[in-house]
Amino acid sequence: MGEKLLMKGNEVIAEAALRAGCRHYFGYPITPQTEIAHYMARRMPQVGGVFMQAESEVAAINMVYGAAAAGKRVMTSSSSPGISLKQEGISYAVGARLPAVVVNIMRAGPGLGGIQPAQGDYFQAVKGGGHGDYKLITLAPSSVQELYEMTVEAFNLADKYRGVVMILGDGMLGQMMEVVQFRDEEPISEPAKPWAATGTGMKREHNTITSIHLDPSVLEHWNDERQNQYRVIEEMEQRFELYNTDGADVILVAYGSVARIARNVIKAAEREGIRLGLLRPITLWPFPTHAFEHVMPQAKAFLVLEMSAGQMLEDVRLTVEGRRPVFFHGRMGGMIPTVKDIMREVHEIIGTREE
Amino acid sequence: MHHEIIIAGFGGQGILSAGRLLAYAGMVDGREVSWLPSYGPEMRGGTANSMIVISDEPVASPFIYSCTSLVVMNNPSMAKYESYVEPGGIIVYDSSLITVLPTRTDVTAFGIPATMMASEMDELTYSNVFLLGKIIERTGCVSLDSFEKALYDVLPKRKHHMVPEEMRVLARGMAY
Repeated sequence: MGEKLLMKGNEVIAEAALRAGCRHYFGYPITPQTEIAHYMARRMPQVGGVFMQAESEVAAINMVYGAAAAGKRVMTSSSSPGISLKQEGISYAVGARLPAVVVNIMRAGPGLGGIQPAQGDYFQAVKGGGHGDYKLITLAPSSVQELYEMTVEAFNLADKYRGVVMILGDGMLGQMMEVVQFRDEEPISEPAKPWAATGTGMKREHNTITSIHLDPSVLEHWNDERQNQYRVIEEMEQRFELYNTDGADVILVAYGSVARIARNVIKAAEREGIRLGLLRPITLWPFPTHAFEHVMPQAKAFLVLEMSAGQMLEDVRLTVEGRRPVFFHGRMGGMIPTVKDIMREVHEIIGTREE
Repeated sequence: MHHEIIIAGFGGQGILSAGRLLAYAGMVDGREVSWLPSYGPEMRGGTANSMIVISDEPVASPFIYSCTSLVVMNNPSMAKYESYVEPGGIIVYDSSLITVLPTRTDVTAFGIPATMMASEMDELTYSNVFLLGKIIERTGCVSLDSFEKALYDVLPKRKHHMVPEEMRVLARGMAY
């Protein structure tokens, strides 16, 4: 490990991408993720890469399509409204089986909304977002160190499955500074890309990158293959963290920056003699169903915490399938859940259960 | 040790950089640290704040609802954050700018005319350093050696010649 650095989350995402071999970045500024573009604008020319501020988010995602089609590691980043604009391009990239990394540093919506942290784009990230039957592997880091490690991982996963991988953070993670330690060497795994449009050199047939398949039987077959691949991903790529869950009175379920607040809640509860656990999904898709099965025999109740009206909540309920009570506490609009409010929910849950 | 510090004032008073210096010094001391700034329009002339956690344990939430120490550099921030200070905590405020004095009796408040002292030195950027001096003296949240290293590592090279003077300003804040 390298020396300890104090860096901003957004800058770490950019540095991690460079370390992962990303030499193409296209984006359009939007708070609270613009530092990613700033960092790329400064560093890309130094490493012989391409930084371009596109004329819009729509242009940026289509530049991503182009670079990915040429077999290059490529990334774009934005925040909620900008990610909505990119959805068509993401669907096309998936349809053309192009590996790319898209970063969403979420802010509050809907519409132009606000600029403070939120998690209201969960559905958009994990349920598809654009048109058609597809999924994005969605990674939810919870610290600056994880922003680094998961950005590198995102490029590997994108190449491994030839798909788009999303990093889903929020304004708090993007703006905060924490200690990060970079590895001396990155665990880069980039397979050969014989499908890429790199020029035939008059030595082979040309490759075609397209998402159009007008023959329904061909397109159904293509989709069947994707769905089969998604089942493999659901089995192989689930990531999660369990903390303090054994014997917990209530298991908190939270991801990203809210999982950090959940840690404070666990401490506050400890002081009152209440044992809380944390189940932290790290992959939001594939949703870590294995984690729930692991804790289910001992679990008494789940309390889902989100900066949304309850989006991950639906996946928790689908996974728990009524076997245990599932409660929810959320804030919206850029408001951050407080330990006090969450503790009030905990007291209500425990009170209810004792009756 | 566990310190949760809020620094608040107007954008342009060095609110964010003061917090960053503390967090950096904490890291040099080998602690777990986090720094969370207010961002967006607040930075451009409105109120700004930064939240710093320095701890022996991994930092849970970088967003804090209460603090052990508060540094305030304008009236609106005093009004907003005075209630955030935990009983027994400290408030250090710029008495040359703040006219609404803290009313809490369960915390210790120190007024330092930081902006006036800095303007006498013809270097307004020193004002936050006077206040940090007091926080460091009262809480020991970071060591002086680490703070000096933070100044060298965080400030751009063209400002490195100011570091010895900043350390003297810090000492004056500590002794005030």
